[in-house]
Amino acid sequence: MTDARDTVLGRIRAALALAPTPATVVPRRYRTGRVLPDGERLALFTDRLLDYKAEVRPCTADRTAQVVADVLRDHGARRIGVPAGLDPRWLDAYDGDVSPDAADIPAPRLDALDAVVTASAAGCAETGTIFLDGSPDQGRRALSLVPDLHLCVVDLSSVEAGVPEVLARLVPERPTTLISGPSATSDIELERVEGVHGPRTLVVVIRKDV
Amino acid sequence: MSTFLGMPARPPRSPYGTGNLRGDEPFPRAAHRELGNGQLRRNLGKATTTIRTKRLNVTGELPDWEALRDAGSAIKTDAMNRLPELLEQLERKVTEHGGTVHWARDGAEANEIVARLVKATGSSEVIKVKSMATQEIGLNEHLESVGITPYETDLAELIVQLAHDKPSHILVPAIHRNRDEIRQIFLDRIPGVDPELDNVPAHLAAAARAYLREKFMATKVAVSGANFGVAETGTLSVVESEGNGRMCLTLPDTLITVMGIEKVLPRYQDLEVFLQLLPRSSTGERMNPYTSLWTGVTPDDGPQDFHLVLLDNGRTAALADAVGRAALNCIRCSACLNVCPVYERTGGHAYGSTYPGPIGAVLTPQLAGMHAADDDPNSSLPYASSLCGACFDACPVKIDIPSLLVELRHQNTEQSGTTPEKLAMRAAAAVMKRPALYTGAQKAAGLGRLVAGRDRTISRLPPPFAGWSDSRDTEAPPRQTFRAWFASDEGRAALRAAADEHDGSHAEHDPGDGRHDPGDEGHDHSHGEGEKK
Repeated sequence: MTDARDTVLGRIRAALALAPTPATVVPRRYRTGRVLPDGERLALFTDRLLDYKAEVRPCTADRTAQVVADVLRDHGARRIGVPAGLDPRWLDAYDGDVSPDAADIPAPRLDALDAVVTASAAGCAETGTIFLDGSPDQGRRALSLVPDLHLCVVDLSSVEAGVPEVLARLVPERPTTLISGPSATSDIELERVEGVHGPRTLVVVIRKDV
Repeated sequence: MSTFLGMPARPPRSPYGTGNLRGDEPFPRAAHRELGNGQLRRNLGKATTTIRTKRLNVTGELPDWEALRDAGSAIKTDAMNRLPELLEQLERKVTEHGGTVHWARDGAEANEIVARLVKATGSSEVIKVKSMATQEIGLNEHLESVGITPYETDLAELIVQLAHDKPSHILVPAIHRNRDEIRQIFLDRIPGVDPELDNVPAHLAAAARAYLREKFMATKVAVSGANFGVAETGTLSVVESEGNGRMCLTLPDTLITVMGIEKVLPRYQDLEVFLQLLPRSSTGERMNPYTSLWTGVTPDDGPQDFHLVLLDNGRTAALADAVGRAALNCIRCSACLNVCPVYERTGGHAYGSTYPGPIGAVLTPQLAGMHAADDDPNSSLPYASSLCGACFDACPVKIDIPSLLVELRHQNTEQSGTTPEKLAMRAAAAVMKRPALYTGAQKAAGLGRLVAGRDRTISRLPPPFAGWSDSRDTEAPPRQTFRAWFASDEGRAALRAAADEHDGSHAEHDPGDGRHDPGDEGHDHSHGEGEKK
């Protein structure tokens, strides 16, 4: 008796033999390799993020710590989680509780945090999307998911114009999360509601000169 | 041992799929009942109108939308052509990254694999990400039958599950429910819910968040589907909005993903096409809130035990049809449902299958077969369309659904043997060959005026035409046939007058005047829905 694998592969080969089709060349006439000036990328990225009801805080690199502290204070976040590889200087102006993450911290303890602060791997201006790839300054996926406020620092130099340009920057094998605004649902009468299971508030700090 | 003489034998067509791929009654009967539900029609009309507008806004803003559709279509066709090698590559890559790959010939086998994997973990509960494949194979029912409780975590799927209802839309399965109905379902079925809960969607979503939060934190096993599986890298993808997908893909110890074999993409780069096509076609957003991409197991991040179940369940039967296989290119965006005048009025339940709407009408009969002789509900699905073509215009991978419907109608007619309809067609052909008989028959048809009522329509025809008049009103035949009018004094006079007029105005009607209605040549993707409302 043949196993399921051989059976399924055999059925596919038989089906393709029954109804052969000519080889296909994929036409890639869509836009790729776009380059936009910094100002345009910042404006586009910001516009898209605001459309998703994310909060946007543009700043210069030297103001990072102050802006991070301001955002956390404005939202009343007293206990925050951070990935182990986050630049500690970003928290210099913050006076609340900081818990560095570790793989053995169970999810319910992350649920007790008010906020999480991470860096990011890349961004896409046209769709307002942030990419996290599990690097040490972004942490494991659970960390940026469970707390209700996600403060994400994005360097403008890592923001590409469109989807093809930004995917080319990624390492496919890394666990990658694409984030476009706070979590949302349109399941009730197709009326959009921001905030379901993922963080209900997304704040994006865009560093214009990095 | 047998010896073949002459033509080599064609390999047998693969078995059809099992599961939730067949309704209990033919589409016209089910549709007739659903049409009587005014609440359903109001809910659907509102929802589909909203989403059509959103989709047109975000597809219209991309200057290369048509180029993306062309690429998406070609990538899927290429993937189907090379399916064996791509699946083997996917299997190899997932295995290299610490995952385990299983193969399932049909829904029953996939259900058994998942149940066995869950039992091996010792857990009696699973959390689920919304998945068409697991809905198709009836995984929840199977898990419950072996003592495992599945919790749907997508808001709409939760509503459907709590109400012991069936999904009615690919993207928003509870689209047939309005806020008042959902509030009542939550009040009745969610343990410990606030009795003061009102019908504001944000409050209903918050109630679901509170209910599911504890499940996400405590459940050790998750089951998901997959939107895409990349052969080149072994990367799988789930596209979602609420974050329930991220929860299920990240927090449990074990993740089991059930993926139809047609979901494989050749290259990682191909995602650049589908991550533009899918969200814009599906929810009408530039990008959906969350997309997760994962490759096997990542140490210290997410589930450390990952299983991929590759599902056939009738897909190879569809693949064996040179025309029909295009339906396998579907990326489950549901744009065709939202633009379909039939779906908008009948809703998803009338189709009887996990896959409703235009794509369901071509996919379901191919996955599960049409048994024409036995009054099979699936045989009625290819007729659940006016062939208006709006679905083709809206499809991000350019599946020519109207042509597929016509092909399936043809196959259904071929299979069904001698029917009253065929006999009638044969009789009509015999009459039309003889002018005297034809004239006589037309005169006889004029008698139809006698059976038409005051509204000049005939709502019930005698056999063998009863099948036609069951779902359509027929105009009463005119008093006079065209042939009779043409031969009359009145007809001759009218023709003479028309000829005179033509001679007099000839110079003004230069066909080469070059004037065109610019509307004739607009983007074809934005065409269709605007006229459909």
